[in-house]
Amino acid sequence: MTRTTRRDFLKTTGTVAAMSALPLSMVELAFADTSKNFTFAYISDAHIQHISGTKFVRNWDRGLIRAVAETNLLVPKPEFVVFGGDLAQLGTKEELDHGGEMLSKLNYKLYTVMGEHDYYYDLGEYWSKLYGPHHYSWDHKGVHFVVLNSVITFDDWTFNRWPSAAQRMLEMAGLDNPNGSPFMVGEKQREWLKADLAKVAKDTPLVVFSHSPLQKIYKGWNFWTDDAEEVQAILRPYDKVNVVYGHVHQIQYNQIENMSFNSVMATAWPWPYPQTYAQAKQALPKLTIPMNRADPFFERDATGWQFIDVNTGRVALKYNLYNNTNRTVAFNPKTGQPEDSMFQDPARMIDPQVHY
Amino acid sequence: MKGGLGMKHLLYGAVLLVLAGVAPGASPGTSPPLGLPALEVPAGNPQTPEKIALGEKLFNDKRFSSTGTVACANCHVTDKAFTDSPLKTSEGIKKLTGTRNAPTVVNSAYFTKVFWDGRSPDLEDQALHPFVNPVEMGLKNHDPILKIVRKDPEYTRAFQAVFGKSGNAITMKEVTQAIASFERTKVSGNSPFDVYYFGGVQTALTDAQKRGFDLFVNKGRCVSCHRVEQNTALFTDNRFHNVGVGINDIQPDVPKLTTEFLKAKATLAEVDRKVLADKKTSELGRFAVTKTLDDIGSFKTPTLRNIAVTAPYMHDGSLATLKEVIVHYNNGGVTKEGNPVNDFLSGGIRPLLLSDAEVDDLVAFMEALTSPEFAKAPAPAKADGR
Repeated sequence: MTRTTRRDFLKTTGTVAAMSALPLSMVELAFADTSKNFTFAYISDAHIQHISGTKFVRNWDRGLIRAVAETNLLVPKPEFVVFGGDLAQLGTKEELDHGGEMLSKLNYKLYTVMGEHDYYYDLGEYWSKLYGPHHYSWDHKGVHFVVLNSVITFDDWTFNRWPSAAQRMLEMAGLDNPNGSPFMVGEKQREWLKADLAKVAKDTPLVVFSHSPLQKIYKGWNFWTDDAEEVQAILRPYDKVNVVYGHVHQIQYNQIENMSFNSVMATAWPWPYPQTYAQAKQALPKLTIPMNRADPFFERDATGWQFIDVNTGRVALKYNLYNNTNRTVAFNPKTGQPEDSMFQDPARMIDPQVHY
Repeated sequence: MKGGLGMKHLLYGAVLLVLAGVAPGASPGTSPPLGLPALEVPAGNPQTPEKIALGEKLFNDKRFSSTGTVACANCHVTDKAFTDSPLKTSEGIKKLTGTRNAPTVVNSAYFTKVFWDGRSPDLEDQALHPFVNPVEMGLKNHDPILKIVRKDPEYTRAFQAVFGKSGNAITMKEVTQAIASFERTKVSGNSPFDVYYFGGVQTALTDAQKRGFDLFVNKGRCVSCHRVEQNTALFTDNRFHNVGVGINDIQPDVPKLTTEFLKAKATLAEVDRKVLADKKTSELGRFAVTKTLDDIGSFKTPTLRNIAVTAPYMHDGSLATLKEVIVHYNNGGVTKEGNPVNDFLSGGIRPLLLSDAEVDDLVAFMEALTSPEFAKAPAPAKADGR
């Protein structure tokens, strides 16, 4: 019944064909009442990086410019765009202004999420001048949307540890950095979230945007939010919860009870998959290179975007990947979890590359 | 498994023996020309000497145009390495011009998609379209061709001999199969580069050409798309890239043009007419075929074999010399240094920081890719040539 509805919707709009290769996320919400269907796009992790003067890292610039230009060509038009955080690399005014100028070319309303690369230079002060509050919510055609700042850490680390703001930013920017500190939403924001959701009916679909995953995947790279369980406890009473996050620069999906977790792609560079978090000691080498592309020649390789159908409150992400096979990760009502439509079957998985 | 592979090789060998007998472009013996891989002939269209001869006759027949003046061979001239150099864009009936530079037939047997935007899957399908394109051969439909080949005594004899068919049983399938079979004989290697790199003859290249090859593989990043493999080199990846040609000039028009394509679901036949009729639509490149935004402004990587004798260059013939091409890439995808690149530029294109001397070395290298049979073709076009 519900699947038919979605198919019919796609058939009548032709959305899939129109959006099959953008470096951003196209989010599509479909309900039994088709008048409530709408789409939105999602761009994330641009990492605009200042070199000096008017010079910025060209590769990261091109990724965001291309995503914005392609979003503007979407047919049908998305109703808004979300930017999923890490607009800047080191949080400076120059980087946020330069990235902000590119985002200003979007022909749509823009919602933005705070990333740690935007935050740890001035604790989001300049970002706020451009984009407003760090956490907020809104309703759109029967769906309640929430944006959280999930990259806050302990006050002692933030305020007492570092000789300069720039040093603080650099420490948080590194992976596998013993000087780093885990991300969290924090008690104050959790209280705000409780109060915000108190007005929302339990059968209203929730879509929550955070920069880091509101689940624990790999602590060494902060693919992790330290108070994830507390946040999940607040979301748990709702029938249909969808958490969409950036930060990881790769495709991830997971189901925890009624909550679906999906990541979006970066426009800047890909990260490799981390060793799955294990309690046991590991002897794997640490990641020391900044990127890992299947094809290093194509700077856009392994970057991309996805558009998302939400069918009766469950998400289906359609990943559109430059120079690659597109993928779909959709909630499967039979198994009650997100699954890759093509590669979930172990027999169809592609073995990892072992030569160089 | 092993037995199967051995059998396949034997079959290739047999095919190439046949080719060697009829095709001046193919080297004698059982192997493909130096530098080229074994040719894969579609199972449904095996090569025979009679079919190849029939294809050549069809390829050269001017009656298959509305004015009786244009054959396939008009734009794919043997002496010009099967291009129409020095024309920028090809000339069809009544001197009408399209929007794209005639690609060579030579080594097109190895292409996995045909036309600059890959809108045809193979040579058989490709051969259908120029006949009925209004700016090429200008026929309303394929009927006049069938009328001729079903009546003309030479053709009726040949089609009977090759396909065992006559009268209405002869269709465009047989016509295009014969043309494609002829085109598959136009394989050409044995260039000085092949002799040097695959043949191990150090003296086959000049020092400048050797330096150019090093730049081609390393600093110039050329080889990433114009591929050279361990034992063979097609100088193409059979893929599509936005390299900043054509699309740069239509930036303000892109939203309007792409929206039209996304709303109206054009058939490939309509795409064929549209892209050759309108310059701006042409510049959408492979997007017009796939409707995929990733393909905006993308065109097929052409082979570089015989490139020195097939000026001008790029899908629109907009660059007159090989030096201009290298400068365009050296600028990171713009012909004039400092101009803004287009928003959809391929991720592989970036400024190369080549010196003037290095640009010259790369040009010298590309001049080493000419096969002996085309080496005496006319000199490349000058800037004013068209």
